[in-house]
Amino acid sequence: MENRSIVSIADYSKTQIKTLLDMASEFEKYPNRELLKGKVVATLFFEPSTRTRLSFETAANRLGARVIGFTDPKVTSSSKGETLKDTIKMVSNYADVIVMRHKLEGAALYASEVTDVPIINAGDGSNLHPSQTMLDLYSIYKTQGTLNNLNIYMVGDLKYGRTVHSLLMSMRKYHPTFHFISPKELEMPEEYKFYCKHNDVKYVEQRDFNEDTIADADILYMTRVQRERFTDLMEYERVKDAYILRADMLTKCKDNMKILHPLPRVNEIEYDVDDSKHAYYFEQAQNGLYAREALICQTLGITLNDIKNDKTIIK
Amino acid sequence: MSKEQLMVAALENGSVIDHIPTDKLFTIVKLLELDKFSEPVFIGNNLDSQIMSRKGLIKVANKFLNEKEISKLAVVCPNIRLTVIKNFEVVEKREIGLPETLSDIVKCPNPVCITNNEPMKTVFYVERHNYIHQMFPYEHELNEQDNAKLKCRYCGKEVDLKEIKLK
Repeated sequence: MENRSIVSIADYSKTQIKTLLDMASEFEKYPNRELLKGKVVATLFFEPSTRTRLSFETAANRLGARVIGFTDPKVTSSSKGETLKDTIKMVSNYADVIVMRHKLEGAALYASEVTDVPIINAGDGSNLHPSQTMLDLYSIYKTQGTLNNLNIYMVGDLKYGRTVHSLLMSMRKYHPTFHFISPKELEMPEEYKFYCKHNDVKYVEQRDFNEDTIADADILYMTRVQRERFTDLMEYERVKDAYILRADMLTKCKDNMKILHPLPRVNEIEYDVDDSKHAYYFEQAQNGLYAREALICQTLGITLNDIKNDKTIIK
Repeated sequence: MSKEQLMVAALENGSVIDHIPTDKLFTIVKLLELDKFSEPVFIGNNLDSQIMSRKGLIKVANKFLNEKEISKLAVVCPNIRLTVIKNFEVVEKREIGLPETLSDIVKCPNPVCITNNEPMKTVFYVERHNYIHQMFPYEHELNEQDNAKLKCRYCGKEVDLKEIKLK
């Protein structure tokens, strides 16, 4: 049987991405269905992540599936020394699809190799988080009407920010122009800049963050600058306020510009920005529900046509 | 034969590992566990070589390297030569190059990689992209070991061949 696991979407073709976007769009029109009635979705959170877990569980519930799982590895056999393989093998006997979050990198790929039940990677350490990438792509597509030829400005922690790295790789086929705005200590790693050069993706690096430097952005992707990332705390004190977005910085920006943030935010977006028409981070989180409904269906072999012709919609 | 030449008994059956960098000779002895081997083993180092000025050489009787051992040799020092002898005849002679994939040969240097926390095999892909050549276009004298990187199948980390540890 073909393994329908979703460990990474970095290598998905444009057609595959478009299908998932169209599926998410259908779910946005009618999120409540009984398409997965009789199915069991397991959510195995070996590492706690309330936001991602709630989003996946809501997606499964709104499609009529039932959910089993755990939210804290301390209550499972992994704390007794059970291997990941054994846990996955055991749960495979019960569930039709396994959503898993793990602190170790590569855990989801390994899990997908030891079972025939499809695995959805809900984050493996600092490695991959395809459902976050998918909801980012969906948010960009929905607000801009296209993924092609966009000016995408990434701001803040570009060194450790997993979401910006995944987004960068997934956008490479759509001719974006990236602007990397960060302090020196948290700038985009060489390997991703090399990746851009290698794939003919244009990028500009900037240190200054103000109304002029973001005037051409279509998407402003904000991330958190965390104190613990700095080896030099004086440097942190110097830059910590330099990458905060305020409402008065939006006076020159393009009409279509939208602000994204993977959330949770701390202080990197001032609360006065929330009322701006450019603020999109809460809708972005909501899009996560539709993106995850699409991902769950994809792993279960449910096609876009099945979703369009779905007779189980609850209106 | 002049007195200056080294005399070593011809092998009836076995393997000859030649063109070994002199600083890697004993690493290979250890890697192949030749110190525990009970058949005849000839080990020479700092021998004259036309190709590499000085070299190491190992002749080992009644031992034929398996693919795993050959892969390990390739990781430790690419470009060494392996000759297989059967009934005093050379039946195979080849330069050992890096394979495309290394299965359970090397350890991932990333402590939070799943392979270091589960009883499982490691898998590394050998990447021969011209990364280094693009960064230093004027360096032409780079050999395979300088040029190759290994990429972990699981965590995706890339590591220089020179920095890896065998499993």
